[in-house]
Amino acid sequence: MVFDVQKETLPRDELEELQLKRLKYLVQRIYHNVPFYHQRFKELELKPDRLRSLSDLKYLPFTEKQDLRNNYPFGMFAVPRESVVRVHASSGTTGKATVVGYTQRDVENWAGLMARSFEAAGATRADIVHNAYGYGLFTGGLGAHYGAEALGATILPVSGGATKRQVMLMRDFGSTVLCCTPSYSLHLYETALASGISIEDLKLRVGVFGAEPWTEEMRNDIQNKFGIKALDIYGLSEIMGPGVAMECIAAQEGLHIWEDHFLPEIIDPESGEPLPLGEKGELVVTTLTKEAQPLLRYRTRDITRLNPVPCNCGRTHYRIERITGRSDDMLIIRGVNVFPSQIESILLETEGLSPHYQLIINRESGMDTLEVRVEVDENIFSDEIKHLQRLEKKIQTHIKDFLGVTAKITMVEPRSIARSEGKAQRIVDCRKL
Amino acid sequence: MKVEQISVFLENRAGRLADVTRTLAESGVNIRALSLADTTDFGILRLIVTDHERAKKALKENGFTVGRTNVVAAEVEDRPGGLHAILTMFSESGINVEYMYAFVQQSGKNAVLIFRFDRTDEAVEILQKNGVRIIPGDEMYNI
Repeated sequence: MVFDVQKETLPRDELEELQLKRLKYLVQRIYHNVPFYHQRFKELELKPDRLRSLSDLKYLPFTEKQDLRNNYPFGMFAVPRESVVRVHASSGTTGKATVVGYTQRDVENWAGLMARSFEAAGATRADIVHNAYGYGLFTGGLGAHYGAEALGATILPVSGGATKRQVMLMRDFGSTVLCCTPSYSLHLYETALASGISIEDLKLRVGVFGAEPWTEEMRNDIQNKFGIKALDIYGLSEIMGPGVAMECIAAQEGLHIWEDHFLPEIIDPESGEPLPLGEKGELVVTTLTKEAQPLLRYRTRDITRLNPVPCNCGRTHYRIERITGRSDDMLIIRGVNVFPSQIESILLETEGLSPHYQLIINRESGMDTLEVRVEVDENIFSDEIKHLQRLEKKIQTHIKDFLGVTAKITMVEPRSIARSEGKAQRIVDCRKL
Repeated sequence: MKVEQISVFLENRAGRLADVTRTLAESGVNIRALSLADTTDFGILRLIVTDHERAKKALKENGFTVGRTNVVAAEVEDRPGGLHAILTMFSESGINVEYMYAFVQQSGKNAVLIFRFDRTDEAVEILQKNGVRIIPGDEMYNI
């Protein structure tokens, strides 16, 4: 089923006409209302009227995550703060978060796009949606929540944690749709088996999984274990949250990016040049309708390609391929974005720690684990175990406070972290993706 | 009145302790006393040796993290209650023992207790006041 037939099946030329109209209005708004963009246009000697067609987009400047940080907290708003009805944020270096604001209409659009995404997954108002995405500043929980409500389904705002209880609720309430990270679904499965709950007792029929990279093999695994259809959802908080693109149950091959609200481009991450349609590169998104915090050519750093081939579900919106990597070193651990540089600055700020560290990521019974190995040099060494353990605890607390991820801290001997050409190998990702 | 103890950070993996003893053997350093404290991931080896300067240098050259701590070596009669009598003195004065280890001398008459205190100077004072013999560093290294 299609939630918004008129918009989702617009003929290509009409869709592009709508995109251009919205893009022109967007450029006017940010030029006049966001000092950051005004400055950027001035530097490039650009005026909003430079944009005459969609292909002129390439002359306009990019927006980077760092730009959002530099304008922390509310500097990217294009509306007075009073018009912002909600703020979300994702973790940032040294506690400085990336902030996103929403007006009333933004929140409504988001719910509508999430409802659209649920409908693409085959969900209807008859469904019971078990939402195990975390509620809070993270966009996952509330994004899926209001989308399911907008669809008219019954939403269970379970949030994260207490896995055993989640499985019980899934069985007792007869949940039909599961929303969580793909790795958490496997954790739920293992927990169900361990607590004697049979998969046959569950009424699940579809899963809407996102917020972390996964593979076709993992999809097959989840589908076989639960006996459900597992679908991929894409989003990022800077742009909106979940519901920027969604796989349809009809084809289950790539995610329709909702092009009436988001204008996608694929660029070469090195040169910044747009790539021909269908080639693989970095996804860049321009928000066409966002009021509170519109972004021009936001560099997602996600690697994918656009698929223009018409989909048998009838939607005309292009599909993006499953995200296959990043053009930076960002890690996604249990759905949380982690940059090695964030861990590095936490370590450097924790008195006396050397910058030699290593991040080891594993997946144990479906759950990501992060281990931070820290080299013990003479500055921090003590012959009393409690001092070293106190330091471990301190690092762990700082990482948890700043990034929201629980890491195991391991003290290792100096120079034990493998160095190649004098440079330490910082990341060992043992997850099979 | 204090004894220099060196400590070495060790990862919990096979052969690491032997690497330390090999380094010491090759540099001609003899071990007088030792204790090994361990956690799930790492251990701390504490050593009193014949020549701590040379031991420290050799271990550092071999890539170990080496620390240095002042400990107190006290001699007690090797009989039931010997250690207890000393610990009672500290507990009455509220002095905390961070860690300790002990060994019996060859003569078999006396035991040597190695202490690490939170307040070393006060602990030494209490031992002296109670007539407990404290083994000076030079004697300890050559015991």
